[in-house]
Amino acid sequence: MSTAHPKTAHPKNAEPASAVPGTPVLSVRDLSVSFRSDTRTVHAVDSLSYEVAAGEVLAIVGESGCGKSVTSMAVMGLLPPTATVTGSVRLGGRELAGATEKELSAVRGKDLAMIFQEPMTSLNPVLTIGRQIGEVLRRHQGLSRKEAKERAVELLALVGIPAPERRVAEYPHQLSGGMRQRVMIAIAVACDPAVLIADEPTTALDVTVQAGILEVLQSLRERLGTAIVLITHDLGVVADAADRVLVMYAGRAVEQAPADELFTAPRHPYTRGLLSAVLRPGQEGKRRLPEIPGLVPSLAAQPDACTFAARCTHADERCGTARPALTPDTGHRVACWHPVAATAPAHEEAAR
Amino acid sequence: MNRYLLTRLRQSLITLFLVSVVVFAGIRALPGDPALALAGEERSPQALAAIREAYGLNDNIVVQYGRFVGHALTGDLGTSARTGLPVLDSILDALPVTLELAALSLLLAVVLGIGAGVLAAVRRGKATEWLANAIALLGLSVPTFWLGIVLVLAFAIAVPIFAASGYVPFGTDPLDNLRRMVLPAIVLGSGLAAVVMRQTRGAMLDNLSADYVRTARAKGLSRRQVVGGHALRNSLVTVVTVLGLQLGHLISGAVVTEQIFVLPGFGKLTIDAVFTRDYTMLQGVVLCTSAAYILVNLAVDVLYSVIDPRIRLGGAR
Repeated sequence: MSTAHPKTAHPKNAEPASAVPGTPVLSVRDLSVSFRSDTRTVHAVDSLSYEVAAGEVLAIVGESGCGKSVTSMAVMGLLPPTATVTGSVRLGGRELAGATEKELSAVRGKDLAMIFQEPMTSLNPVLTIGRQIGEVLRRHQGLSRKEAKERAVELLALVGIPAPERRVAEYPHQLSGGMRQRVMIAIAVACDPAVLIADEPTTALDVTVQAGILEVLQSLRERLGTAIVLITHDLGVVADAADRVLVMYAGRAVEQAPADELFTAPRHPYTRGLLSAVLRPGQEGKRRLPEIPGLVPSLAAQPDACTFAARCTHADERCGTARPALTPDTGHRVACWHPVAATAPAHEEAAR
Repeated sequence: MNRYLLTRLRQSLITLFLVSVVVFAGIRALPGDPALALAGEERSPQALAAIREAYGLNDNIVVQYGRFVGHALTGDLGTSARTGLPVLDSILDALPVTLELAALSLLLAVVLGIGAGVLAAVRRGKATEWLANAIALLGLSVPTFWLGIVLVLAFAIAVPIFAASGYVPFGTDPLDNLRRMVLPAIVLGSGLAAVVMRQTRGAMLDNLSADYVRTARAKGLSRRQVVGGHALRNSLVTVVTVLGLQLGHLISGAVVTEQIFVLPGFGKLTIDAVFTRDYTMLQGVVLCTSAAYILVNLAVDVLYSVIDPRIRLGGAR
């Protein structure tokens, strides 16, 4: 399919042009984002670090407002001027934090692409599908109008849109939500990006359509070796698609682990709470699902404490006075003073 | 030609029919007997009867209307009682003047209005936006006649770059023509430019924060492509709507402007016809103005469908 990446049966071995084997293509270090307003400052993301390798799917999970989307917008450099971003974002050895708008626009859509949560409004209503896909090809690959259109038809076929020759001349309002999200994916992968950030790509869609979109993402990672950062609050989607999972709570990373390990042996009390709040087949119908008591704390302060302490049943004095750091990288990392023992009885199957 | 355009065409024809009825009935409703006016000195009942017979004034009103429409369709709008010339000839003489004035004003309004509106939206919160807003407010607040007089004093008398009055056809001397048309076009176009600027700015602010603009930025498009190719393209629907609505003001504004700059256009023809009670002329002028207005609105609707595929293709969402 692609000229840059050979087809391969082993996605983990597929290497984007800029990556050395084994090293991450996208590496985020100590990323903090705050928003200033006249009256207060909101710390949306607090010292977040993650990396993702070629052909890997990293899921970032957490509830609404925990900073998942802000993180990805910060990585793309798409935040409004009211945001202050600190830390480092390295894409294949290139530093993106602090880069100029011009430097960023040369990377966006080419090496680093993103698909958004709202397929109904993310496409321009007055331009044809073909034009909107072609635009990114003409910008980054210097294709002619005609070449771009031919390639757009190929891309539509790649993301599973039937009759692409006809669809390419249509407008967004003539397509369903699922089809529009496929078009968004076609735009995102047009230039074979090394990293694709998918921000809740299936949230606005029907469950059956969701499965189709996830399938497209999976096949792209297999065929093109794209590294995918999948942002979601749907643990079913995580179980389906992710290799590794990063759990966020109130702007901080609280746990990071391989997907199967996170589901079988969650160590952070918040993660355990999240998982036990998921409905499982065969579960007693009459029992009320366990919930996490309390509310997400305000993001106005960056307390030197565990932000989950107020809602945590394990919390003691230390949780309220010292911030727990993520444990050293051993595959399964957790930011908690009282992590659940790795051998503790676990939830076998989180979803599906 | 699709269903949307056919529907609009049908609506336009119905409107035109209604206008012709109103114009026809309006003239009949005016006080005074046309036979008396035509008879002049000789007012014997026989002479009046002969005139009524000759002009078909005794016929059924519907028959008279049919005759009026029939004549109008063949280009015969009657003869002016004042000048004795065919009304159509006077209209055709005045039309190019007003059309040129309107076209220049429109050009000015579109170029200045859209340009300033986009600039104000893109440079939001900066001095540029403040300046553009202030000028737009000024353009809206200043009365046409006052602006006309000030411009004449400044650029035709104090610094005589432009001429203050009179008309020279473009075909005769293009330069002299423009020298005389620039000031009237500024006077007529400034208000429209201000309206267009404000609408463009509003639409651009909406569109620049739209999701698809975020997508365009995520594609790595340049700022110019994002603003011009995506946000402006969507804002044009709003701008064209406003232009269509404002063209009526352009027509009435032309009446005042032509009076100030002594231009022999449609506005002057209308005012002269009103003051001399030249009913035939008035009837022709009103009919032509209404037809022009309907045509312009039809053109605006066609433009819509060109800009927005959702209208052209009759889609929802």
